[in-house]
Amino acid sequence: MARALVHIAALIATSLACCAHAEEPAPFKIAANGIAESLTGSSGDAVKGRALVLARTTTCILCHSAPLPEARFQGDLAPDLAGAGNRWTVSQLRLRLVDASRFNPETIMPSYYRTDGLVRVGRNFAGKPILSAAEIEDIVAYLATLRD
Amino acid sequence: MRRARAIAVVALLAAAPTLLAGGIAPEARRSGYAFMGPETRAMQDDDSSNPGMLFVLDGETLWTRKTGGADKACADCHGDARSSMKGVAARYPAFDKAAGRPVTLGQRINLCRGNHQQAAPLPYESRDLLALSAFVAHQSRSVAITAGDDPQLKPFVEQGRALFVQREGQLNLACTNCHDDNFDKRLAGAPITQGQPTGYPLYRLEWQTLGSLERRLRSCMTGVRAQAYDYGSPELVALELYLMSRARGLPMETPAVRP
Ligand code: HEC
Ligand code: HEC
Repeated sequence: MARALVHIAALIATSLACCAHAEEPAPFKIAANGIAESLTGSSGDAVKGRALVLARTTTCILCHSAPLPEARFQGDLAPDLAGAGNRWTVSQLRLRLVDASRFNPETIMPSYYRTDGLVRVGRNFAGKPILSAAEIEDIVAYLATLRD
Repeated sequence: MRRARAIAVVALLAAAPTLLAGGIAPEARRSGYAFMGPETRAMQDDDSSNPGMLFVLDGETLWTRKTGGADKACADCHGDARSSMKGVAARYPAFDKAAGRPVTLGQRINLCRGNHQQAAPLPYESRDLLALSAFVAHQSRSVAITAGDDPQLKPFVEQGRALFVQREGQLNLACTNCHDDNFDKRLAGAPITQGQPTGYPLYRLEWQTLGSLERRLRSCMTGVRAQAYDYGSPELVALELYLMSRARGLPMETPAVRP
């Protein structure tokens, strides 16, 4: 029991603290509560997107739960991602990941493709978005498959 | 009309963060202990299985050991810690007249070393500083926290509160987002507590050692990918002071055990 807890705590520590190698965000256009065009110009890979959501370094399942049976420790700070593909269009999902504060200014969900307006960003992360454009497209492609 | 409504909405949004950051009512305050499983609680409760007690015992030895140019022990000035140190940790960080600002218990120990023992300061997170801090704070076990009462501390409590509600880091989260608004929920399956500072220095199973409150705050900052404040920095001391004033009335638990 104690061992399991140590393990969880260590996972949180590493998952929250590790690696972000994405580059400066490329320009994109917000219209009608979404971003219609792919950030990379091509569509993402849902299989890669699933693996990304599962990976703790992307931080999604620290807060969310998702239909990922292999993820034993999921969060409950945020809505279950099951059915997200019904509730939102691809364009809305893309904007949600890029900058969730466009939907709810008080949201606790981080903006994954934004570098401005942040305070005291750690030296290793300064000037970089949390995810790259390609990672966002992969995750969007995966979320779009989450239909009830 | 339309304009007026827009202004009202803007005003509401602007007011929201302060509403959310209202703190936790005295009767709703709960130590991290209340969020732990029975095994970790049992480990804390039984002094013979609580690994923090080894540090307390080391601290007791250091308390009576003569050191520094003055060749004096803590006990030479303060006598029996069981009476002279009872309740002290529950009032820290406390205002230091010479410095004109609050100092933590660890900083007070180092001030005593410098001023009265003529000894070098003990480094942050060193075994000796943790042991002495744990020994002194242990004398306050079960004493209700009253830190922050001194009116001279007011601006520093305010500074700490401002830091507590300030979003920061690449993940853009403030302490209040987790510890006021989302305690009782789970971050990747692990409970989020109210972030109460009742048990420090404490033994964290994750660390496999005793650690200070500052160490904990630095790891929360690193967790949101913010640049952590340095040990002993005015910001960390202010945060610690705010946390202690926010915990007012909760009993001290040093040395606590946490997962
Ligand atoms: C720190 C917490 C947090 C993290 C991390 C987080 N989210 Fe969220 N997310 C939320 C919250 C809270 C909401 C609810 C709406 C709001 O407040 O913005 C939300 C809403 C959503 C929604 C809309 C849900 C619905 O169906 O209504 C989607 C989709 C989503 N998040 C996807 C993600 C993905 C993908 C990631 C990781 C790349 C992620 N989130 C990371 C907190 C988080
Ligand atoms: C993303 C969520 C999150 C944020 C933001 C956060 N923390 Fe924490 N904090 C945690 C988790 C998870 C733990 C470990 C479990 C627990 O004790 O709550 C923790 C632990 C703590 C503890 C230890 C409580 C105990 O019982 O020993 C304190 C104190 C604390 N945090 C204060 C802070 C402060 C101050 C800040 C801002 C600088 C902060 N936290 C930011 C998630 C967070």
